[in-house]
Amino acid sequence: MAQKHRELLVDPLVDNNPITFQVLGICSALAVTSSLQVAFVMALAVTSVTAFSSMFISMLRNQIPSSIRIIVQMVIIASLVILVDQVLKAFAFEISKTLSVFVGLIITNCIVMGRAEAFAMKNPPIASFIDGIGNGLGYGFILMLVGVIRELFGSGSLFGITILKTVNNGGWYVPNGLLLLPPSAFFVIGLLIWAFRTWKTAQVEEREFKIQTVEAH
Amino acid sequence: MEGLIALAVKAVFVENLALSFFLGMCTFIAVSKKIGTAIGLGISVMIVQAITVPANNLLLTYLLKPGALAWAGFPDVDLTFLGLISYIGVIAAIVQILEMFLDKYMPALYNALGIFLPLITVNCAILGGSLFMVERDYNFAEATTYGVSSGFGWALAITAMAGVREKLKYSDVPDGLQGLGITFITAGLMAMAFMSFSGVKL
Repeated sequence: MAQKHRELLVDPLVDNNPITFQVLGICSALAVTSSLQVAFVMALAVTSVTAFSSMFISMLRNQIPSSIRIIVQMVIIASLVILVDQVLKAFAFEISKTLSVFVGLIITNCIVMGRAEAFAMKNPPIASFIDGIGNGLGYGFILMLVGVIRELFGSGSLFGITILKTVNNGGWYVPNGLLLLPPSAFFVIGLLIWAFRTWKTAQVEEREFKIQTVEAH
Repeated sequence: MEGLIALAVKAVFVENLALSFFLGMCTFIAVSKKIGTAIGLGISVMIVQAITVPANNLLLTYLLKPGALAWAGFPDVDLTFLGLISYIGVIAAIVQILEMFLDKYMPALYNALGIFLPLITVNCAILGGSLFMVERDYNFAEATTYGVSSGFGWALAITAMAGVREKLKYSDVPDGLQGLGITFITAGLMAMAFMSFSGVKL
C-alpha cells in the first residue's frame, strides 16, 4: 500500500507529467512564469486545490449521479478556488494582484478536472489526495523550472534577489528581454518537452508522415 | 461608438486571448490539427463567449456588486466573493441550454459542433473573458463588444494555428520535438507575430 502511494506521488513528476505528457493545465503554466515568486504561489495554489478537490470528490464518488457529475465537480472545485482566492487576497495582496484572473482560472485548469474525472471518481479518498498532490507537484515542477529560466536570464535574479548583476545596475550581465515577454514561455516549454522526450523516449509521438530516404544512384 | 470599435480591435489583435494571455491553450493545442474542426470549435467559442460575457455582466451589476441588491431591499450586501462560482455556473448552464437548443432546432449545426460544446465549459478562454470583464469594469455595451470580439480573436488564432499545423506535418521535425514540442514553438512564433500589433495606438 505504501509502495503504491509513493508511486502515485512520484509518477506524475517526470514519467507522467501533467504538462509535458498529459498536455493539461498549460494556460496558467505559460502566463504566470515570468517571475519565480508568482510561479511558486501559483504552484502552491494549484497543488492544494487539486489535492483537496480530488479528496472531496472521491469521498462523494458513490453518491454523485453520473449525469450531473461535471456540475458537482465544478461546484466543489469552484468553492475551493474561492477559498484560495480569499486567502491570497488577505495574506498576499500584491501577489494576488499580479496573478489577477489566473487564480480564478484554476477552476478551469484541466489538471484539476482531469484528475477528478480520471482518478478520483474511481479511487478511495487517501489515494486520490496523494494523486492530487503528485500531479500538483508535477505541474509545479515545470512551473518552477520555466520560472527559473525566465527570471534568471530575463532579469538576472531569482525570487527578486540579484544573481547576475545587470548592465543597468553597473554589472556585466545583459538581460535577455525576450524572456520576459509572453512568447518566450512557449519556446521554453517547447524546448523542455524536447529535452524530456529525448530523455524518456517512450513519450515521443508517432510521425504522421515518414520522410522517405532516396538512395543515390 | 468609437470607443467600442477601439475595444473590439484591441480584443481581437492586441490582447488576443489565445496568443497574448494564453487562455484556452489546452483546447488550442489539442484541437488544432485540422482546419475544419478548428473553425467549428472557433465558432462555438465565439457564440458562447458572446452570450456568457454580457450575461455575467448583468449578473454582476444586478446581483453581486456592493449595493447591487438595493432593489430587493438589501443595500449593504456585497456578494462579490461569490463571483467565481456564479460565473462558472452561468457558463455551464448556458452551454447546456445552447446544446439542447441546437439539438432541437438546428440539428445540422449541432452535429457539426456537438463534440466541442461540452468541452467549452472548461475552456479557460470563456471564464477568462468573464473575469477580464469584471476586472476591467466594463458596462453592458462594452461587455457585449468584448465578448464577441475576444471570441472572434480566439477563433482566428486557432484557425491560423491549424493552417500552420496542416503544413507542418509534412516537415522533418526531430523525434523528441515531434507533435507537442514543435506545436509550442509554432505557437510562440505566432504570439511574437501578434505582438507586433501592440504598437497600434487607438
